[in-house]
Amino acid sequence: MNGDEASAEGALAAGCGFFAGYPITPATEVAERMSNRLPEIGGVFIQMEDEIASMAALLGASWGGVKAMTSTSGPGFSLMMENIGLGMMTETPCVVVNIQRAGPSTGLPTLVGQADVMQCRWGSHGDYGVIALAPGSAQEMFDLTIEAFNLSETYRQPVFIMSDEIVGHMFEKVVIPPADHIRLVPRRKPTTEPWACIPFQAEDGLVPPMACAGEGFRVHVTGLTHDEMGYPHIVPPTQERLVRRLVDKIRLNARDIIRLESHFLEDAETVVVAYGCVARSARESVQRARSKGLKVGILRLITLWPFPTALIRELSKTVRTFVVPEINYGQMAYEVERCAGDRAQTVLVGMMGGTMHTPTAILEVIEEFSR
Amino acid sequence: MSALETFEASCHLSRDTERHGVHPDDEYLKRGRIPHIWCSGCGLGVVLNAFIQALKVREIPPDKAPVVSGIGCSGRAAGYLNLDTYHTTHGRGIPFATGLALARPDLTVTVFSGDGDLFAIGGNHLIHAARRNVDVKVICVNNFNYGMTGGQSAPTTPLESRTSTTPYGNVEYPFNLVGLAGAAGAVYVARWTTFHVRFLVDSISEALAKPGFTFIEVLAPCPTGYNRRNKLGQGLDTMKLYRENSVIQHGIPPQQAELDLRRRIVVGKFVDMEKPTFRREYENLVQQKARKS
Ligand SMILES: Cc1ncc(C[n+]2csc(CCOP(=O)(O)OP(=O)(O)O)c2C)c(N)n1
Ligand code: SF4
Repeated sequence: MNGDEASAEGALAAGCGFFAGYPITPATEVAERMSNRLPEIGGVFIQMEDEIASMAALLGASWGGVKAMTSTSGPGFSLMMENIGLGMMTETPCVVVNIQRAGPSTGLPTLVGQADVMQCRWGSHGDYGVIALAPGSAQEMFDLTIEAFNLSETYRQPVFIMSDEIVGHMFEKVVIPPADHIRLVPRRKPTTEPWACIPFQAEDGLVPPMACAGEGFRVHVTGLTHDEMGYPHIVPPTQERLVRRLVDKIRLNARDIIRLESHFLEDAETVVVAYGCVARSARESVQRARSKGLKVGILRLITLWPFPTALIRELSKTVRTFVVPEINYGQMAYEVERCAGDRAQTVLVGMMGGTMHTPTAILEVIEEFSR
Repeated sequence: MSALETFEASCHLSRDTERHGVHPDDEYLKRGRIPHIWCSGCGLGVVLNAFIQALKVREIPPDKAPVVSGIGCSGRAAGYLNLDTYHTTHGRGIPFATGLALARPDLTVTVFSGDGDLFAIGGNHLIHAARRNVDVKVICVNNFNYGMTGGQSAPTTPLESRTSTTPYGNVEYPFNLVGLAGAAGAVYVARWTTFHVRFLVDSISEALAKPGFTFIEVLAPCPTGYNRRNKLGQGLDTMKLYRENSVIQHGIPPQQAELDLRRRIVVGKFVDMEKPTFRREYENLVQQKARKS
């Protein structure tokens, strides 16, 4: 199956019971697969009037106690931003799959891009912590979609799959393990009596349990700055406490959330940092560079956010050059540069979108900076 | 213990209760949320109360009656009700409620919001929810302007009216909300004013019991935003206008339900019909076929 379909299957394996979306290339196959499969298991698929509505419906379904997902691409992702913010502020678990294409605007609808990765981090107004995963194969579209549901339940917020057109459309073999081999994180429920429940008080300090509709808790849920009762409380100290927690629940758990793949880092003088489809080319170019005797390693980002700041900072003490090939004009390269500082140089191998880097193109840059 | 006693016990006698004793509707209001933020003379309290009365008439348990709102003074109603309440983004109450209602067909989901919220920024969602016939009850409080942001023009502002963004008078034709909802496919459409409290309670209770997309428009005074600029006086003066100018015309095509505050206000129940809901069609048709194949 292709990556889009694998993502849909991953969602079903994770127990997703609701999908709301609006067609957009190259994400449509996720929705199409869901429209086929959800009714078979008693779930609901609905094609909404737009992406704004889709995102709102997701939040509603999630407060109804159901695991919910949507899929989209650049323009639709932009439309979702306001309600993604609502999801962050109200701590509503759900999964948003973005099969990136090239922009800005309608850009190249059928061709690849990776230029939404910063929008994913900063797209909605205000401060919040972000979790985004970047699959590099159809198998990972399956596996990481399950992981995204688990993370969204653990940290109670929307989680992003930041895939791209090439991964979404590539056909590969996908192994679907038996259901009892799949680890699922259930939604944590309040253990107190409804009258004693303080719905936005986090027992562990960072993530409160979730009282959904119809369970007797009668919770007020608002996008306004709210106190632990969930009531609007529009004053600086409450804002400070709430936003700090929303950011910290990801920041302080970054080590548990971050997933990476790396090769040949031990003695590397040059490190290629890549994600999504580009990481496949990058892997090949690094292998070729190694066979030529160059001290090159690769770091594949599986979680884009939270970003492995500490690791890059540590590497920058021994690495001379970070090479960052990505299908945009420098987004994650900024992040690498921020962490590397003056200790190592960061070289962007940018591509405006539509196609991905060949191994040779990346190898040429590696060679240039390994001399 | 009765529900009220349980509530009292759970309050540990809140400050409100100490001040004014227990009211039979206290169970329906969130602890410690009164006083509300609405201006004196505002019609929103009347509509909120009518909704509570309708819940009681229908004996819908509070735990089964979530309320969703968008943004605006009307949208704040969600924050006062002691139910599962969701104060969402501007205009998006209906799609949020759509997700909730589809996820939980056992609940009675109401959207309580303003005319600007539901018909300007949220207009597209409203017509599509009506078309799909999702099981969502909409109560739209129409005060002819944007109250919360300071009295700007709305899609309901009458021609020539003054608002803070139409200082020389409004030149846009207003929507007929009931006409629009009816044309889009709502199975129940009614219009009342805050003067018609008993009719309103009856109407909301009918809508609550009716499967599908129902729409009730309630005209309500906004002394702060709309009345001031249009020399309509206080809330009470608007009530007098409602009393003098309203005519009840059940069953007329909602497109023809006239609305001219100073001349003729047609109120009544315009549409009440049977149609399978989205969820029922989905279960009967789609899920059955999917399971067979
Ligand atoms: C996306 C967005 N745009 C604008 C606003 C500002 N805003 C808040 S309330 C409101 C108008 C509400 O009007 P209405 O629905 O008629 O409610 P009322 O306050 O009159 O009850 C606007 C424009 C917002 N909150 N969000
Ligand atoms: S501004 Fe108008 S609608 Fe808002 S609370 Fe005041 S009177 Fe009511």
